[in-house]
Amino acid sequence: MKDLTFGTLIAVFEEIFGRGLFWVMVGAAVIITLAYLYVLIRDRSVSWHKFLWAQLSMPFGAIAAVLFVQAMTHSSFADIGGPVDVIVLLGVAVAGAVGAAILVYTVESLLWPKKATDA
Amino acid sequence: MTKETQFTPTRRGFLGLAAGAGVLAAAGAGQKAEAQIATTAHIVILGAGAAGAALANRLVGRLDGARITIVDGRKEHWYQPGFSLIAAGLKPANYSVSQTTDWLPRGVELKTEMAANIDPEAKTVALGNGEVLRYDYLIIATGLVLDYDSIDGFEMDMIGKDGVGSLYAGPDYAAKTWAAAGKFAEEGGVGLFTRPNTEMKCAGAPIKHTFLIDDIARRNGARGKAEITYFANNASLFGVPIVSEKIRMVFGDRGINHAYNHVVQSIDAGAKRVTFATPDGPVERDYDYVHIIPPQRAPDVVRNSGLAWADKWTDQGWVDVDKHSLRHNRYPDIFAVGDVAGVPKGKTAASVKWQVPVVEEHLVADIAGTSSTASYNGYTSCPLITRIGRAMLIEFDYNNDLTPSFPGVIAPLEELWISWLMKEVALKATYNAMLRGRA
Repeated sequence: MKDLTFGTLIAVFEEIFGRGLFWVMVGAAVIITLAYLYVLIRDRSVSWHKFLWAQLSMPFGAIAAVLFVQAMTHSSFADIGGPVDVIVLLGVAVAGAVGAAILVYTVESLLWPKKATDA
Repeated sequence: MTKETQFTPTRRGFLGLAAGAGVLAAAGAGQKAEAQIATTAHIVILGAGAAGAALANRLVGRLDGARITIVDGRKEHWYQPGFSLIAAGLKPANYSVSQTTDWLPRGVELKTEMAANIDPEAKTVALGNGEVLRYDYLIIATGLVLDYDSIDGFEMDMIGKDGVGSLYAGPDYAAKTWAAAGKFAEEGGVGLFTRPNTEMKCAGAPIKHTFLIDDIARRNGARGKAEITYFANNASLFGVPIVSEKIRMVFGDRGINHAYNHVVQSIDAGAKRVTFATPDGPVERDYDYVHIIPPQRAPDVVRNSGLAWADKWTDQGWVDVDKHSLRHNRYPDIFAVGDVAGVPKGKTAASVKWQVPVVEEHLVADIAGTSSTASYNGYTSCPLITRIGRAMLIEFDYNNDLTPSFPGVIAPLEELWISWLMKEVALKATYNAMLRGRA
């Protein structure tokens, strides 16, 4: 890669997803992140009850992300050829897990605001 | 070039995208901060392919008032790195097809004619319709022509029928190639995979096709019935010795035979037989599937203009340019970029990506009355697919040195999933960004 700058990366991601979809996805990620921060600040504490559900969603998010990437790229687990491939696979899984956890926690918190029983 | 902070292509960089809209906006605003050079020069670009379109987009951002004319009679733009995937049934033909006009910036005039004649002394280009353009600077980015006529007995309409494939001929022919290759991968038989004895675009493509059809036959359970042989045109499998050796080893691992110094001379499609020229005389081989890549040469308009090398590649006619500046060795106001440039390596889109900024810098410096030290080092890159899901990300320069972009992370001679992901997902996007002058 030559001159792999932030601007180049954005240009490449715009081309991968299409400019509209890419920025919608960035917007969605930003909104979900902001909503997550909002409920954390609003509730002034992490609800461990909700966090439990969020944690339980993580393996599903991880598996879904890996299968999605493999399906989109004609790939399978047998294609893992070296350490960097394991890192990429784990990276995709972690991204899926964290994304799922944040999404579930945020949705829970927005739909079922803090109750006295949560601590 | 943009001057933002360098980012490594890790997930951190990706996550950074989602981290904050403010950062993104700032990065967007930071692009192309260089002052434009005012000029009234007329720049004529022959060819609106990868090189021509990318250069036009970049020049528009650098020059203020320049008249830029781009000459190309073909309406469709072809994403040629996709042909290997189309010819393996992994993508449809339209994966590689867009319109030339999709990629050209505003303010550039497109002449939908082919150039018929170049007069470097009078500094004019005559078009097919008789119109004559006078230029101050000329960029030759015509690409090359596929010389199927020089293979005796070969007709374009053979492609896709009776076991004949040729993925280079275009997106539709790549899809037809899959029709023939896919049948071979199901039924087995004798498969012959060849390459020409001229400079060619993407010397990895004939090898990728061999590996992909091997893999598909394996997945079909037909590999035991298939005998696959790759025929090199000279005494190596790839121009870079260390890569040639690696390919020899992977061929061995896959049970793919190889032969050296075999160049297709003629084909008898009825008898399903090709004749190779070899140092020991003609050799005939019967096939159930043969992949033909024709000799490749500069277009006639270039070869007839007196701009080609006089003492090198005389049967091919590549433009006589300095291999570092890409400036013509006899006419300093002419540059060549892309496949048609007479440089020792790099008829790939990756080479174009590295060549275009060099030509841009020299041209802008000429116009500004300064000079540039920008230099092309022969870099090219080839995500050499070794099966569906794995590739080797091979990058090298004029010295046959490996030049890995991600040393220590993505090993150049390892078959890796990440290299496949780059080919499948990121390459077209990077290519498109390049066409727009943004990568």
